[in-house]
Amino acid sequence: MIFYIVRRVLYSIPIALSVGLVCFLLVYISPGDPISAIAPPDAPAEMITQLRRDYGLDKPLPEQFAIWLGRVVQGDLGRSLSTGRPVWGEVSVALKNTVSLAVAACTLAFAIGTLLGGLAAAFRDTWVDRIAMTFAVAGVSVPHYWLGMLLVAVFAVTFPLAPSMGAGPGGTFVWDWAHLPFLILPMVTLSAIPLGLVARTVRGTVIEILHQEFITTLRGKGLRSGGILLHVAKNAAPSVLAVMGLQLGYLMGGSILVETVFSWPGTGFLLNSAIFQRDIPLLQGTILVLALLFVALNLVVDLGQALLDPRIKR
Amino acid sequence: MTDPLPAPLAESPLQPLPDVGGPAQALLSVSGLTKTFAGRGKLFGGRAGAVQAVSAVSFDVRKGETLGIVGESGCGKSTASKLIMGLLEPTAGEIVFDGEALGRDAAGLRRYRRQVQMVFQDSFSSLNPRLTIEESIAFPPMVHGMARKAAIGIARDMLAAVGLQPAQYATRFPHELSGGQRQRVNIARALALRPRLVVLDEPVSALDKSVEAQVLNLLMDLKAEFGLTYIFISHDLNVVQYISDRVLVMYLGRVVELGAAEAIFAGAAHPYTSALLASRPSVAGRSREAPPLVGDPPSPVNPPSGCAFHPRCVFSEAVCATTRPALLPVAVPDRQAEHLAACLINQPGSGHSRAPKAA
Amino acid sequence: MSALQSQSQPLVKVRDLNVAFVSKEATLHAVNGVDFDLAPKETLCILGESGSGKSVTLRSLMRLHPPRRTRITGTIQVDGTDIVAASERELSSIRGRLVSMIFQEPMTALDPVFTIGKQITETIRRHEGVSHQEAQRRALDLLELVQIPSARQRLDAYPHELSGGLRQRAMIAVALSVRPKLLLADEPTTALDATVQIQVLLLLKRIQAELGMGVIFVTHDLGVAGEIADRIAVMYAGRFIEEAPAEALLEAPEHPYVEGLLGATVTPASRGRRLTAIPGSPPNLRTLPVGCAFAPRCTSAEPNCRAAVPDLRALAPDRTVRCIHPAGLRPSMPPAMAFAAEERAP
Repeated sequence: MIFYIVRRVLYSIPIALSVGLVCFLLVYISPGDPISAIAPPDAPAEMITQLRRDYGLDKPLPEQFAIWLGRVVQGDLGRSLSTGRPVWGEVSVALKNTVSLAVAACTLAFAIGTLLGGLAAAFRDTWVDRIAMTFAVAGVSVPHYWLGMLLVAVFAVTFPLAPSMGAGPGGTFVWDWAHLPFLILPMVTLSAIPLGLVARTVRGTVIEILHQEFITTLRGKGLRSGGILLHVAKNAAPSVLAVMGLQLGYLMGGSILVETVFSWPGTGFLLNSAIFQRDIPLLQGTILVLALLFVALNLVVDLGQALLDPRIKR
Repeated sequence: MTDPLPAPLAESPLQPLPDVGGPAQALLSVSGLTKTFAGRGKLFGGRAGAVQAVSAVSFDVRKGETLGIVGESGCGKSTASKLIMGLLEPTAGEIVFDGEALGRDAAGLRRYRRQVQMVFQDSFSSLNPRLTIEESIAFPPMVHGMARKAAIGIARDMLAAVGLQPAQYATRFPHELSGGQRQRVNIARALALRPRLVVLDEPVSALDKSVEAQVLNLLMDLKAEFGLTYIFISHDLNVVQYISDRVLVMYLGRVVELGAAEAIFAGAAHPYTSALLASRPSVAGRSREAPPLVGDPPSPVNPPSGCAFHPRCVFSEAVCATTRPALLPVAVPDRQAEHLAACLINQPGSGHSRAPKAA
Repeated sequence: MSALQSQSQPLVKVRDLNVAFVSKEATLHAVNGVDFDLAPKETLCILGESGSGKSVTLRSLMRLHPPRRTRITGTIQVDGTDIVAASERELSSIRGRLVSMIFQEPMTALDPVFTIGKQITETIRRHEGVSHQEAQRRALDLLELVQIPSARQRLDAYPHELSGGLRQRAMIAVALSVRPKLLLADEPTTALDATVQIQVLLLLKRIQAELGMGVIFVTHDLGVAGEIADRIAVMYAGRFIEEAPAEALLEAPEHPYVEGLLGATVTPASRGRRLTAIPGSPPNLRTLPVGCAFAPRCTSAEPNCRAAVPDLRALAPDRTVRCIHPAGLRPSMPPAMAFAAEERAP
């Protein structure tokens, strides 16, 4: 097992490096000159050259990458072009908000999705199944931002039950009673897609497991529903875990629209402003951190699967 | 009426390729055939669990005979058949077909594949579910350059030859047939190219007994009709005994015994073969108390030293754990010279207490 | 039914068992009026080809079919308990304790993500409510009973870590957890290697004698049936068509289908002879013929055979056959020759 962990961790290193390279190259493949964002429009040519030298943009590409990588490893993601503050600080604050939201949404999606999927599988081809799957399909197909706006219209405007803007007092989210109401609407919105996917995965996996012969053995041993459920759950766990992990990853980076709708001060919101302000260092840093987080999450999922399923080669 | 009276294929434009070496030359000659599957790489290099599935296997298949290959799971019989078919590349060893070494050049392989065909155990998964029966059978001739119309004509002739009315079955799909009928289709497809050697890998194992008999009878008829040579792979000793002229017994990737079917079934020279024969369940055996062998066949990942069979062998002695016996003629005078076994008991001077004294 | 059982109370008593699987498209009549008894400590082999209803009959004894699509009628009594009428709750306390089952493929019949030990102990604890330590100790005894070497380590092994033979032994241990009175075996040696199959058959015979269980053993293999059965019942199209003591049935079958099956089975004596195959293929269970289901393939069939299903007739106190003209009452040529003649006809 220890060898498997070490090997799997080592496999992640080249992936992380490639991610870094892509992020680094972002500057060069994105349209527009970064210098034009900080230099005044009528700046003389000498000033631009000076700026290029200051930012190290005149060196050959591999050298720039090595320098950049060296700084990144030390936690230095550069400074934001628009605010002048270190990128790492901006990203880490936003990341905390996003992770809080993503984890909350995922927990909700997992709980309800598993319930819906499990019920659908147990009562396959009945009205229970049909209703549960209608929910699941709706969750996957309804556009995020539209659902968000709908919830805002209903629960914040028509029936003012929950706040619809920001993360609460202080502008950043903290796990306490004062901030929790702010979490509700974005969390529900964000959970729609993973909820649908989890419900469908759980349904498919459980139906497949229920068709396996060992279920007949378990019934033949006289186990009651509860005992059989335990076996089904342990068999289904690796597949569900994989879907969950992937979804959590997507939620961390893929919530630009929802965070914008709810003005949630997370990475999506940050990315949005970075793009519009052409703040390349900020964009680069945010994407890099998110991508690395995604790689790490995949690693955790893989290790978790190996732990849950003894058949996965160690 | 299920057993066929095959229609003559005189009008068929596809004729079997001519006999090159004459009747005395073996149709297929395999020597030193070895296949090693690389294991998963360990952390920081090193090879974990490289598996030698087939080790230095040598045998001949004579023109017109049926060679039966028997063995349990993991003995390498399926790998051997894939090597013979050219579906796997051997790690070492040589395959000679009618005097011509099998190379890796495309033209040679193509010619070889026309002459050597295979029938698999699973009749369903070896047919394309979206092709009609006649299209499936016509496919190989078309691949070898025949016009579609002519190939369909051959397909219908072959269907008749395997006892399926072309008018009734030609345009059906595989799922509309029973297992026995599908296996007939697979046989028809294998024969469509007029091959000289057919490798039958457990062709009747998935069939019910009453259908198994039909297919075995059919195979016997087709062999006579088309002048075929068979390699018949099976775990069912009764079937192998029934259909084979000679039998080859494999254990853990090696040949342990090879000889005429009568000789082997009358008196096996290798203790493993004896145990295999004695393991057949029957009414006659119901008084027995102890099984002929204990334990499972060992894993090829971690083969025992010396003779691979020694941990399960009742005659095992210290020498068996250290010396790997060669496949040598059985030194018993009343047996045919052609009977080979890889057991120290049969080898004079081997050091085994039961071995005949060296002359 | 037979003299042997009338002396004592049978362990199993099945009367007019019918099992049908209903779907939107069709109704599949898998079992059509099966009667039989099983004495305590007796081994009955149900022999048949695929689709004969042998496995369905076996699973009916525990009502293991998918409940929603299955229609089951008739009576099944196991040790006095009515299985057909039992509630799911009653069934769950009968299953595993009074009746248990082993399957063809232990790799799929055991839960891949639970250890062997856990799969045994959970059965013991379900039915007897003993402590974990006690269950663990009994599980170890069971692994030793089925002759699994280094049993203590194997308790913590997962199914995929065992060889085929050991897996099937583990499956047997699971089934024997609570010492059932009736063991159902669904082709338990078919997937095993030849040298392993005979070991498992002998093990089952020994354990049966030791624990005094009744065994119903389903197989398609005449040799296996001959090796293990006291009595053999042959099924065709969901009916018992012949039932007799094992040796008698294999030596001199009465029903033309059983004769055909014996003729079609390759034995060491078959070499050099043409096999006497049964023509045609088994009937479609969705649309069974009115009369004898074997009539379309039978060489001695006559109009009466097609008019109605022949009654089960007793040829001897312990022998029944469902045929109008069984071999013993047929005057003409020997059956094997009749098949051979039919087969050669153009």
